[in-house]
Amino acid sequence: MCGIAGLIHRGKSSNVGSELQGMLQALKHRGEDSTGYALYGDTDGKNFIMRFKVGENVGEGSSSVMEDVSVYDERKKIVDETLAEMGAKIVKEERTLPYSLRYEIDYNVKDLLEFSQRIESIPGVEILSMGKSLEVIKDLGNAKMVCDRYSLDKVVGTHAIGHARMATESGVDIKSAHPFWGYPFSDVSVVHNGQLTNYWNNRRVLENKGMRFMSECDSELIAVYLAEKMRDGATLEEGMKASLTGLDGVFTYFVATKDSLGMAKDTMAAKPLVLYESDDLVAMGSEEIAIRSVLPQEIDTYDPFDGEVKVWQI
Amino acid sequence: MANLKTVSKKSKAQSMGMHTEVLTGRTQQKFFNPDEAENFYYFGTYDVDFNKRTDLDVKDMTAPEANKEIDNLMSQGYGTIVIKNPQGKHSLGVGILNKLNLIFEGSLGYFGMGSCDGPIVRINGRVGWSCAENLMAGKVVIEKNAGSCFGAAIRGGDLICKGSVGARTGIDMKGGTIIIGGDAGAFTGFMMQRGRIIILGDVGINLGDSMYDGTIFVGGEIGSYGSDAVDAELTKSDQDWLKRKLKVAEIGENFDVSKMKKIVAGKKLWNYDNLEPTEKKGAI
Repeated sequence: MCGIAGLIHRGKSSNVGSELQGMLQALKHRGEDSTGYALYGDTDGKNFIMRFKVGENVGEGSSSVMEDVSVYDERKKIVDETLAEMGAKIVKEERTLPYSLRYEIDYNVKDLLEFSQRIESIPGVEILSMGKSLEVIKDLGNAKMVCDRYSLDKVVGTHAIGHARMATESGVDIKSAHPFWGYPFSDVSVVHNGQLTNYWNNRRVLENKGMRFMSECDSELIAVYLAEKMRDGATLEEGMKASLTGLDGVFTYFVATKDSLGMAKDTMAAKPLVLYESDDLVAMGSEEIAIRSVLPQEIDTYDPFDGEVKVWQI
Repeated sequence: MANLKTVSKKSKAQSMGMHTEVLTGRTQQKFFNPDEAENFYYFGTYDVDFNKRTDLDVKDMTAPEANKEIDNLMSQGYGTIVIKNPQGKHSLGVGILNKLNLIFEGSLGYFGMGSCDGPIVRINGRVGWSCAENLMAGKVVIEKNAGSCFGAAIRGGDLICKGSVGARTGIDMKGGTIIIGGDAGAFTGFMMQRGRIIILGDVGINLGDSMYDGTIFVGGEIGSYGSDAVDAELTKSDQDWLKRKLKVAEIGENFDVSKMKKIVAGKKLWNYDNLEPTEKKGAI
């Protein structure tokens, strides 16, 4: 049982970091092994923002192996050298935690595939997100713990999705935590509640087509599946509709891009989702109490039906 | 142990350590003697006055605190309780085995009004998953929409949603009536065993899948029929009952019931046996 939440402000920005923290904290009883945020902040759009990790959080019930911090430093050094070799200039650098970094990069290339492959060829390094608006922040613990650790409550933006995870299919670690970046597409992220039963079949097919998986978490398949559809020319909505038959199992998932937010629900409607929609705000979550954290007044909500796909623009 | 091949069925069961009492339920035998009217009420219930009314603001309460306070108010004789600011909290109003007018001024989360027997409830908002699960008797009216598993396993009473409901409405229901003013999702009436479901709008795929018995009436389009769910003739008696029920439910009073579809179990999946699996083994 995991919890997912998302919101999109249409025509304005808001304090999405704080809002999503409230929504995910309301869902913490659905799982607090890890919590993740995909925040679409207000930026000038000039530089890429790369969130990446050079190691794992080995505390708080982690299933990861302890490493010396000097190993993280060494990996960071190699990342910096690789960026320089590719002609990517680090404009701003933040190291929130020894294993977690945020770079603003001046890099004028549209295809991120080669870029990502070079960076992730460094052992122990994983790009959590890459985009001009998107920032994926995920770590062990509940929503408030992660929010406090990364000071997310002040992030202003248009939309966000997040995930409170109860680990079932894979380890308690950051690499298995949601959201997943829609590698190698800029600004695409996914969160999922459910279980995919044809994960390995799909993974083998997609890997043969050159797609990359970083974890053994079945939810990562959704991000990779959608990325592959879009790589072949499908729109986000077309990819999501295809997923209703291409993915087997029970699922409700959210996907976000730089300017849109979407939801899809499997054909058995086995996983919960409550949705609030108005002219200027869409808010949704696994339970109504998540929405109530941002809209405490009486509102009209509903459950999307089985096999439903919806996409909203900012 | 006796030779099970040569003894009677009763002796076989006794030899295997199984009881032979009639499974009517000890609670019913003890408390529901029809000759004693007072025993129609559960032990520990309260004599309440419907004209004695109070408000209860649950904004800063947890669900257990709110439910305990409802019980406390009933013990003071309040027969009409208005709950303010439920704000989507889970498990509100559960386990009420008392006559009571209960009004929620707002929406409920999951498992609202579960395992109740007797109260009349109006929810001026929406409800989450599994509303009124195991309802035995009474009436629950939801003014807006409802989530999935609406009325799961209800045994009796009327459960009314004026809006639309999610998937698996009336799953495993064993009695009572569920009335939906809007649309219903997939697997409505899944494995239902008795009772009736009325849907005025459209319904999703696999309607009445594996239903044992009971009846489903649909006013709109049907996504698809589930396994062993078949059409049946809508009789004059059905139509009269539907009109009465919709009127009492304050929903679809002018709805043309003559065009509704009636779905029942095809009974092709029926494969009952009066022996339990362990008994079968012993009898072989």
